[in-house]
Amino acid sequence: MSTTYRMSAIEAPGTKRRRTNWEKYGWMFMRFSGVLLVALVFTHLFSNLLVGDGIHAVDFGFVGGKWASPFWQWWDAALLWLALIHGTNGMRTIVNDYTKPGALQKALKGALLAAAVALIVLGTLVIFTFDPCPVGAPADLVPSFCHA
Amino acid sequence: MPVTTADTPTASVASKKQKPGGTLYRGNEGMWSWVLHRITGVAIFFFLLVHVLDTALVRVSPEAYNAVIATYKNPIMGLGETALVGALVFHALNGLRIILVDFWSWATRHQKLLFWVVIVVWVVLMLGFAPRHLMNVFAGAHA
Repeated sequence: MSTTYRMSAIEAPGTKRRRTNWEKYGWMFMRFSGVLLVALVFTHLFSNLLVGDGIHAVDFGFVGGKWASPFWQWWDAALLWLALIHGTNGMRTIVNDYTKPGALQKALKGALLAAAVALIVLGTLVIFTFDPCPVGAPADLVPSFCHA
Repeated sequence: MPVTTADTPTASVASKKQKPGGTLYRGNEGMWSWVLHRITGVAIFFFLLVHVLDTALVRVSPEAYNAVIATYKNPIMGLGETALVGALVFHALNGLRIILVDFWSWATRHQKLLFWVVIVVWVVLMLGFAPRHLMNVFAGAHA
Protein backbone atom coordinates (compact mmCIF):
# COMPACT_ATOMS: atom_id res chain seq x y z
CA MET A 1 0.00 0.00 0.00
CA SER A 2 1.61 3.21 -1.09
CA THR A 3 -1.25 5.47 -0.02
CA THR A 4 -0.41 7.72 2.88
CA TYR A 5 -3.12 9.46 4.80
CA ARG A 6 -2.67 12.80 6.45
CA MET A 7 -3.16 11.97 10.12
CA SER A 8 -5.35 14.46 11.88
CA ALA A 9 -5.44 13.10 15.41
CA ILE A 10 -1.91 11.79 15.97
CA GLU A 11 1.19 13.75 15.12
CA ALA A 12 4.43 12.15 13.92
CA PRO A 13 6.84 11.34 16.78
CA GLY A 14 9.31 14.07 17.52
CA THR A 15 7.19 16.77 15.96
CA LYS A 16 8.08 20.09 17.55
CA ARG A 17 5.00 22.13 18.23
CA ARG A 18 4.27 25.28 20.12
CA ARG A 19 0.55 24.93 19.46
CA THR A 20 -1.84 23.90 22.22
CA ASN A 21 -2.17 20.11 22.39
CA TRP A 22 -5.98 19.98 22.16
CA GLU A 23 -6.06 16.20 21.91
CA LYS A 24 -4.36 15.94 25.31
CA TYR A 25 -6.91 18.26 26.92
CA GLY A 26 -9.71 16.34 25.18
CA TRP A 27 -8.34 13.09 26.61
CA MET A 28 -8.16 14.60 30.09
CA PHE A 29 -11.65 16.11 29.77
CA MET A 30 -13.15 12.69 28.93
CA ARG A 31 -11.75 11.28 32.19
CA PHE A 32 -12.58 14.18 34.51
CA SER A 33 -16.07 14.67 33.06
CA GLY A 34 -16.55 10.90 33.12
CA VAL A 35 -16.07 10.73 36.89
CA LEU A 36 -18.42 13.69 37.44
CA LEU A 37 -21.00 12.23 35.04
CA VAL A 38 -21.12 8.94 36.95
CA ALA A 39 -22.24 10.85 40.07
CA LEU A 40 -24.53 13.24 38.15
CA VAL A 41 -26.25 10.56 36.05
CA PHE A 42 -26.66 7.97 38.80
CA THR A 43 -28.30 10.57 41.06
CA HIS A 44 -30.49 11.69 38.13
CA LEU A 45 -31.65 8.08 37.56
CA PHE A 46 -32.17 7.42 41.26
CA SER A 47 -34.29 10.52 41.95
CA ASN A 48 -36.32 10.24 38.71
CA LEU A 49 -36.79 6.48 38.24
CA LEU A 50 -36.34 4.71 41.59
CA VAL A 51 -37.94 7.01 44.17
CA GLY A 52 -41.73 6.79 44.71
CA ASP A 53 -43.70 5.70 41.64
CA GLY A 54 -40.63 5.95 39.41
CA ILE A 55 -41.33 6.94 35.84
CA HIS A 56 -45.09 7.20 36.49
CA ALA A 57 -44.43 10.20 38.73
CA VAL A 58 -42.62 12.09 35.95
CA ASP A 59 -44.81 14.83 34.49
CA PHE A 60 -44.88 18.63 34.21
CA GLY A 61 -45.64 19.01 37.93
CA PHE A 62 -42.69 16.75 38.84
CA VAL A 63 -40.23 18.75 36.72
CA GLY A 64 -41.70 22.03 38.00
CA GLY A 65 -41.23 20.84 41.58
CA LYS A 66 -37.61 19.86 40.94
CA TRP A 67 -36.59 23.03 39.07
CA ALA A 68 -38.17 25.24 41.71
CA SER A 69 -34.90 24.53 43.53
CA PRO A 70 -31.67 26.13 42.22
CA PHE A 71 -29.85 22.97 43.38
CA TRP A 72 -31.60 20.80 40.80
CA GLN A 73 -31.42 23.54 38.15
CA TRP A 74 -27.63 23.63 38.45
CA TRP A 75 -27.43 19.84 38.79
CA ASP A 76 -29.28 19.37 35.51
CA ALA A 77 -27.34 22.20 33.84
CA ALA A 78 -24.04 20.52 34.77
CA LEU A 79 -25.44 17.21 33.50
CA LEU A 80 -26.52 18.85 30.23
CA TRP A 81 -23.20 20.56 29.52
CA LEU A 82 -20.88 17.73 30.58
CA ALA A 83 -22.93 14.94 28.96
CA LEU A 84 -23.25 16.75 25.62
CA ILE A 85 -19.57 17.74 25.45
CA HIS A 86 -18.45 14.25 26.58
CA GLY A 87 -20.81 12.54 24.12
CA THR A 88 -19.98 14.83 21.21
CA ASN A 89 -16.23 14.42 21.76
CA GLY A 90 -16.73 10.63 21.86
CA MET A 91 -18.63 10.77 18.57
CA ARG A 92 -15.81 12.93 17.13
CA THR A 93 -13.34 10.17 18.04
CA ILE A 94 -15.52 7.64 16.22
CA VAL A 95 -15.74 9.90 13.14
CA ASN A 96 -11.92 10.22 13.18
CA ASP A 97 -11.63 6.42 13.37
CA TYR A 98 -13.98 5.53 10.52
CA THR A 99 -13.60 8.38 8.00
CA LYS A 100 -10.69 9.82 6.03
CA PRO A 101 -9.96 13.55 6.20
CA GLY A 102 -12.17 15.25 3.63
CA ALA A 103 -15.58 16.71 2.96
CA LEU A 104 -17.53 13.85 4.59
CA GLN A 105 -15.47 14.01 7.78
CA LYS A 106 -15.86 17.80 7.94
CA ALA A 107 -19.63 17.50 7.39
CA LEU A 108 -20.02 14.87 10.13
CA LYS A 109 -17.98 16.90 12.63
CA GLY A 110 -19.88 20.04 11.65
CA ALA A 111 -23.19 18.25 12.30
CA LEU A 112 -21.95 17.04 15.70
CA LEU A 113 -20.81 20.53 16.70
CA ALA A 114 -24.06 22.12 15.51
CA ALA A 115 -26.19 19.57 17.41
CA ALA A 116 -24.18 19.99 20.62
CA VAL A 117 -24.22 23.81 20.54
CA ALA A 118 -27.95 23.92 19.68
CA LEU A 119 -28.92 21.52 22.48
CA ILE A 120 -26.67 23.15 25.10
CA VAL A 121 -28.14 26.58 24.32
CA LEU A 122 -31.71 25.24 24.17
CA GLY A 123 -31.37 23.15 27.34
CA THR A 124 -29.73 25.94 29.36
CA LEU A 125 -32.43 28.42 28.33
CA VAL A 126 -35.16 25.91 29.21
CA ILE A 127 -33.70 25.20 32.68
CA PHE A 128 -33.23 28.84 33.66
CA THR A 129 -36.23 30.53 31.97
CA PHE A 130 -38.69 27.76 32.93
CA ASP A 131 -41.97 28.95 34.49
CA PRO A 132 -43.46 26.21 36.72
CA CYS A 133 -46.81 28.08 36.91
CA PRO A 134 -47.63 29.19 33.33
CA VAL A 135 -50.58 31.60 33.09
CA GLY A 136 -53.77 29.81 32.03
CA ALA A 137 -52.41 26.27 32.53
CA PRO A 138 -54.90 23.75 33.99
CA ALA A 139 -54.61 23.65 37.79
CA ASP A 140 -54.24 19.85 37.93
CA LEU A 141 -51.15 19.88 35.68
CA VAL A 142 -48.96 22.41 37.54
CA PRO A 143 -46.99 21.90 40.79
CA SER A 144 -49.05 22.25 43.98
CA PHE A 145 -47.13 25.37 45.10
CA CYS A 146 -48.69 27.30 42.18
CA HIS A 147 -52.02 27.38 44.05
CA ALA A 148 -50.58 28.93 47.20
CA MET B 1 -1.78 -2.23 -5.04
CA PRO B 2 -0.84 -5.35 -7.11
CA VAL B 3 -3.57 -7.90 -7.68
CA THR B 4 -2.92 -11.09 -5.69
CA THR B 5 -4.63 -14.39 -6.40
CA ALA B 6 -5.24 -17.33 -4.11
CA ASP B 7 -2.35 -19.18 -5.84
CA THR B 8 0.39 -16.89 -4.60
CA PRO B 9 2.61 -18.56 -1.97
CA THR B 10 1.95 -15.89 0.68
CA ALA B 11 -1.81 -16.27 0.46
CA SER B 12 -1.85 -20.07 0.60
CA VAL B 13 0.62 -20.25 3.51
CA ALA B 14 -1.39 -17.66 5.40
CA SER B 15 -4.66 -19.50 4.87
CA LYS B 16 -3.17 -22.82 6.06
CA LYS B 17 -1.52 -21.41 9.16
CA GLN B 18 -4.25 -19.13 10.37
CA LYS B 19 -7.37 -21.25 9.95
CA PRO B 20 -10.14 -20.85 10.86
CA GLY B 21 -9.98 -17.18 11.69
CA GLY B 22 -7.73 -15.95 8.89
CA THR B 23 -6.49 -12.46 9.56
CA LEU B 24 -9.53 -11.52 11.65
CA TYR B 25 -8.39 -10.07 14.95
CA ARG B 26 -10.00 -11.87 17.83
CA GLY B 27 -9.31 -10.00 20.99
CA ASN B 28 -9.98 -10.86 24.59
CA GLU B 29 -11.40 -8.80 27.46
CA GLY B 30 -9.64 -5.65 26.24
CA MET B 31 -11.29 -5.77 22.82
CA TRP B 32 -14.77 -6.60 24.05
CA SER B 33 -14.70 -3.84 26.67
CA TRP B 34 -13.69 -1.42 23.89
CA VAL B 35 -16.45 -2.66 21.55
CA LEU B 36 -19.10 -2.45 24.27
CA HIS B 37 -17.87 0.98 25.40
CA ARG B 38 -18.21 2.31 21.86
CA ILE B 39 -21.64 0.78 21.12
CA THR B 40 -23.12 1.86 24.47
CA GLY B 41 -21.60 5.34 24.03
CA VAL B 42 -23.26 5.85 20.64
CA ALA B 43 -26.62 4.60 21.97
CA ILE B 44 -26.47 6.94 24.97
CA PHE B 45 -25.48 9.89 22.73
CA PHE B 46 -28.53 9.53 20.48
CA PHE B 47 -30.84 9.09 23.46
CA LEU B 48 -29.33 12.25 24.99
CA LEU B 49 -30.23 14.26 21.86
CA VAL B 50 -33.86 13.07 22.09
CA HIS B 51 -34.01 13.48 25.86
CA VAL B 52 -32.95 17.16 25.80
CA LEU B 53 -35.60 17.84 23.15
CA ASP B 54 -38.41 16.05 25.02
CA THR B 55 -37.52 17.82 28.27
CA ALA B 56 -37.46 21.17 26.44
CA LEU B 57 -41.24 20.72 25.92
CA VAL B 58 -41.77 21.92 29.53
CA ARG B 59 -41.13 25.37 28.03
CA VAL B 60 -43.94 24.84 25.48
CA SER B 61 -46.84 23.77 27.70
CA PRO B 62 -47.70 21.28 30.49
CA GLU B 63 -49.94 19.42 28.02
CA ALA B 64 -47.19 19.04 25.38
CA TYR B 65 -44.67 17.75 27.94
CA ASN B 66 -47.11 15.32 29.57
CA ALA B 67 -48.23 13.95 26.18
CA VAL B 68 -44.66 13.10 25.13
CA ILE B 69 -43.57 11.80 28.56
CA ALA B 70 -46.64 9.52 28.53
CA THR B 71 -44.97 7.55 25.72
CA TYR B 72 -42.06 6.76 28.10
CA LYS B 73 -44.53 5.01 30.43
CA ASN B 74 -45.55 2.49 27.76
CA PRO B 75 -44.31 -1.06 28.67
CA ILE B 76 -42.31 -1.40 25.43
CA MET B 77 -40.54 1.88 26.18
CA GLY B 78 -40.05 0.60 29.74
CA LEU B 79 -38.04 -2.34 28.36
CA GLY B 80 -36.09 0.12 26.20
CA GLU B 81 -35.35 2.26 29.28
CA THR B 82 -34.06 -0.81 31.09
CA ALA B 83 -31.74 -1.55 28.16
CA LEU B 84 -30.64 2.09 28.07
CA VAL B 85 -29.85 2.11 31.79
CA GLY B 86 -27.97 -1.17 31.27
CA ALA B 87 -25.90 0.47 28.52
CA LEU B 88 -25.31 3.53 30.68
CA VAL B 89 -24.26 1.56 33.77
CA PHE B 90 -21.80 -0.48 31.67
CA HIS B 91 -20.38 2.69 30.06
CA ALA B 92 -20.00 4.31 33.50
CA LEU B 93 -18.31 1.30 35.13
CA ASN B 94 -16.05 0.57 32.16
CA GLY B 95 -15.18 4.28 31.96
CA LEU B 96 -14.00 4.12 35.58
CA ARG B 97 -12.02 0.98 34.65
CA ILE B 98 -10.36 2.88 31.76
CA ILE B 99 -9.38 5.70 34.13
CA LEU B 100 -7.86 3.23 36.62
CA VAL B 101 -5.99 1.43 33.81
CA ASP B 102 -4.65 4.79 32.56
CA PHE B 103 -3.47 6.20 35.88
CA TRP B 104 -2.65 3.22 38.14
CA SER B 105 -0.01 0.65 37.15
CA TRP B 106 -1.61 -2.14 39.21
CA ALA B 107 -4.84 -1.65 37.25
CA THR B 108 -2.90 -1.63 33.96
CA ARG B 109 -1.50 -5.08 34.80
CA HIS B 110 -4.89 -6.36 35.94
CA GLN B 111 -7.12 -4.82 33.24
CA LYS B 112 -8.59 -8.24 32.37
CA LEU B 113 -9.59 -8.91 35.98
CA LEU B 114 -11.08 -5.41 36.16
CA PHE B 115 -13.24 -6.17 33.09
CA TRP B 116 -14.84 -9.05 35.01
CA VAL B 117 -15.21 -6.83 38.07
CA VAL B 118 -17.12 -4.39 35.82
CA ILE B 119 -19.37 -7.24 34.63
CA VAL B 120 -20.09 -8.44 38.20
CA VAL B 121 -20.84 -4.91 39.50
CA TRP B 122 -23.02 -4.32 36.42
CA VAL B 123 -25.04 -7.48 37.19
CA VAL B 124 -25.47 -6.43 40.84
CA LEU B 125 -26.59 -2.87 39.96
CA MET B 126 -28.97 -4.12 37.27
CA LEU B 127 -30.48 -6.64 39.70
CA GLY B 128 -31.21 -3.63 41.88
CA PHE B 129 -32.56 -1.41 39.10
CA ALA B 130 -34.39 -3.65 36.64
CA PRO B 131 -36.99 -5.30 38.95
CA ARG B 132 -37.86 -1.96 40.58
CA HIS B 133 -38.19 -0.13 37.25
CA LEU B 134 -40.10 -2.95 35.52
CA MET B 135 -42.52 -3.20 38.46
CA ASN B 136 -43.16 0.55 38.11
CA VAL B 137 -43.62 0.20 34.36
CA PHE B 138 -45.87 -2.86 34.36
CA ALA B 139 -47.87 -2.00 37.50
CA GLY B 140 -49.34 1.02 35.72
CA ALA B 141 -50.01 4.43 37.19
CA HIS B 142 -50.72 4.52 40.92
CA ALA B 143 -52.31 7.94 40.82
